[in-house]
Amino acid sequence: MTKIVIVGNGMVSYKLCEKLIEKNTSASITVIGEEPRPAYDRVHLSAYFEDENAEKLSMASRDWYKGNGINLITSEKVSLINREQQTITTHTNSTYSYDYLVLATGSSAFVPPIKGVDKKGVFVYRTIEDLELMMAYGKKAKSAAVLGGGLLGLEAAKAAIDMKLKTSVVEFAPRLMPRQIDEVGGDLLKSKMEGIGIDVLLGKATSEIVGDDVMTGLSFSDDTALNVDMLIISAGIRPRDELGKAADIKTAERGGFVVNSLMQTNDEKIFAIGECASYENMIYGLVAPGYDMAEVVAEQIANENKEYTFEGCDMSTKLKLIGVDVASFGDPFCENIPHFPITINDQQNGIYKRINISEDGSKLLGGILIGDAEDYNMLHQMFINEMALPPHPQDLIIKSTGDGGAAIGVDALPDTAQVCSCENVTKGDICCSIKDDGVTDINGIKKATKAGTGCGGCMPMVNNILEDTLQKMGTVIRKEICEHFTYTRQEMFDLIKVNEIKTYDELLAKYGQGGGCETCKPLVGSLLASIWNDLILKEATIQDTNDRFLANIQKGGSYSVVPRIAGGEITPDKLIVIGEVAKEFDLYTKITGGQRIDLFGAKLNDLPLIWERFIDAGFESGHAYGKSLRTVKSCVGSTWCRFGLHDSVGFAIEIENRYKGLRSPHKLKGGVSGCIRECAEARGKDFGVIATEKGWNLYVGGNGGANPKHAVLLAGDIDKETVIKYIDRYLMFYIKTAEPLQRTAPWLEKLEGGIEYLKQVVVEDSLGIGEQLESDMEVLKAHYSCEWKEAVKNPEIRKRFAHFSNTDQDDPTLKFKRERDQKFPVAW
Amino acid sequence: MTFEHNTLEQVTTWVNAGHVSDFPENGGSTIFHEGDQIAVFNFKVLNKWFATQNLCPHKKQMILSRGIIGTEGETPKVACPYHKKTFSLETGENLNGCEDSIETFPIKIEDDTVFVGLYEKK
Repeated sequence: MTKIVIVGNGMVSYKLCEKLIEKNTSASITVIGEEPRPAYDRVHLSAYFEDENAEKLSMASRDWYKGNGINLITSEKVSLINREQQTITTHTNSTYSYDYLVLATGSSAFVPPIKGVDKKGVFVYRTIEDLELMMAYGKKAKSAAVLGGGLLGLEAAKAAIDMKLKTSVVEFAPRLMPRQIDEVGGDLLKSKMEGIGIDVLLGKATSEIVGDDVMTGLSFSDDTALNVDMLIISAGIRPRDELGKAADIKTAERGGFVVNSLMQTNDEKIFAIGECASYENMIYGLVAPGYDMAEVVAEQIANENKEYTFEGCDMSTKLKLIGVDVASFGDPFCENIPHFPITINDQQNGIYKRINISEDGSKLLGGILIGDAEDYNMLHQMFINEMALPPHPQDLIIKSTGDGGAAIGVDALPDTAQVCSCENVTKGDICCSIKDDGVTDINGIKKATKAGTGCGGCMPMVNNILEDTLQKMGTVIRKEICEHFTYTRQEMFDLIKVNEIKTYDELLAKYGQGGGCETCKPLVGSLLASIWNDLILKEATIQDTNDRFLANIQKGGSYSVVPRIAGGEITPDKLIVIGEVAKEFDLYTKITGGQRIDLFGAKLNDLPLIWERFIDAGFESGHAYGKSLRTVKSCVGSTWCRFGLHDSVGFAIEIENRYKGLRSPHKLKGGVSGCIRECAEARGKDFGVIATEKGWNLYVGGNGGANPKHAVLLAGDIDKETVIKYIDRYLMFYIKTAEPLQRTAPWLEKLEGGIEYLKQVVVEDSLGIGEQLESDMEVLKAHYSCEWKEAVKNPEIRKRFAHFSNTDQDDPTLKFKRERDQKFPVAW
Repeated sequence: MTFEHNTLEQVTTWVNAGHVSDFPENGGSTIFHEGDQIAVFNFKVLNKWFATQNLCPHKKQMILSRGIIGTEGETPKVACPYHKKTFSLETGENLNGCEDSIETFPIKIEDDTVFVGLYEKK
């Protein structure tokens, strides 16, 4: 059996193991690493500061190595290579023989020869152990300086900020990230760093680290100084090539084992990959080229393939640095190359973009993106594939305000374009899986090609390629629900309505196949409710758990309860009832963002008892569990507020009660503000009403959440009746035409013609369906009943809230602890 | 992998889980037996019954009985309500391919009474 010994146990070493296993090599593999734990993700090291969870960074467990028959030896350092006998010896004098030896020793932090680097308080930023030492020391320190303003230095600065230290970054060059971005970009990055409290000192050469035994500061060559308690050195990397000398393995002048395009050193039985390898006098300090090198070696060992070679790698990068998107690709500077730069420098929004166009205007040479790197994938592809530029190259970085998107689409990409760099999948591979293997969805592509299974950053592009290819093949892209219903949501809506279908089982029998699933069941449940507004508990088992038990499931298996408090107005008596119930059932209470009170930690079998009390006190369900109307938030309004123009609270209550229980593709939130100061934040809602001198303005399509969006004006200065009429029409139109789980903001964005079209439909009634929409809403309103009222008075339904069907006892696995005088779930 | 698919031959005791009407149609319910929680599913559409462990291996929550059941191709499955991890009701295999399998148990109906087959654990 072929014996492979891999020296080093970093990310690239792990990748080589993974690739060897994938290629079904029959070789015996031994991995020897000097760090105490199996390979971990060094790229995201600063995440360790957030939770000190080394496991999260882990690439693979010891069990993974064991399960795949790999002998993993940690905390052991290889000290000698004997090329003649083909063996290596470790510091504990163990000897291993090899047929192939792979050096993946990585690099260490470069410590510049500054006077005083051996003082206490000086650290490097490289391993989890380094971080642990730093963190222990950082507890006693108040301030820290980071030496080096490159990628890693800024990561280290983030770590220092996380340790709550006053942080400075010291860089020798006149700007941050001097190897990736230009002066203007550097200025912007500097101001962003300063914005989060990091001091940036540029053009500073450190001459000495001062202090006695323990460091107390830095002095610079310009005779200035900085008092600081600790120093983190992050001034570059040095390849770990010390094994080369005694064994006579050739190393490069600037360090690293010299390798050819097959990653062979001067001994063809010995490979070097990753940061310890020097290819054409270049050390690749990024993980993607390292993975490429691993593939080259794996191909040779497993498949005896010497055709697959390493050809160098472009050093383009995109990353999120302390919350700021930073990307650079190709030649970002073009210092000695004739070119035309096109730049956008939008200081107000903190965005800087630069692309370098070749002198003849035909090609993209490189560029820099800061603050907004959305266009990176496309620009990077255009660069690597030397694609022809569009007639107005500025369109590539300037977002057109009209409906047109990017000026160039995936269509223009050549088949050789590498779309997924983690798994090295080209556009051609993806198209093949669609055209030849009949793949029609994203999951199919992931399975067939592995694209998008690494970091996932290429998924938007993969999706575009899928849609583009299907469209070209003449396949109509239909967003069919799932394998059980070959219909779109809109078609299902019509089928249910026209055929007067009232249950899921009936619909499945008539129009579906198979046994249903977690996608179509809740969707049909929502449609049935949106069309007939029957009691959803009639068919409880098609509902998601929140709807099935009319409460929100939380960590640990307990539920939370939210009674409706329309407009946020509540009487003292009702407040007292909430307090009493919370005390009796030991519930954690919290005021929500929607001006109501959420009670957490309820046992499933207590839910009917809790609601019995609330119903008696005149409360109704708040539908916090449903894809339905949540709250209509209000400000104090003209009744009390000296600025208020109209009674916003009264109007909010009226609107909330009108739409309570309305089921929709996603949750709905509303707001009513009594004047332009907008204390109800109505424009952050699916519909918002703001008082004006002459009446009310109605805004639609806003939301908070992951992609905050301001609602836009649908109609201005209208009276209350018109507001209600328009909201009726707008909501019903949305309910009928939206995709599953699509909120109003993305729905409006995708609606052809956008807000102007919506105005035509709702305000001008261009489709002539206005009255129909209103009467549909009336039907739903007429069918409203409080679900909890029905549930508590129906013994059959009440029975379903038992935790166990064969005993009355509570779930013994529910666990709580006490904090801040309330109960909390135990973390999972 | 804690893959365990218990077969009829292994059954040492049949536990009375209750009357057929104690279990919702096309959904699940939990039974408690000597400290263990077992999810029992009445898959009416397929006219079949299934029993599995109630613990979802993903976040170790006692929850599977409250999941939505359905099919993927020919395989009957349950989706955990927390993060929609799906498991075969027949073999217990995780269909997303990233979680451990769950334990499944034989089940039989006699005179409208539901019995779950358990075996002595060594």
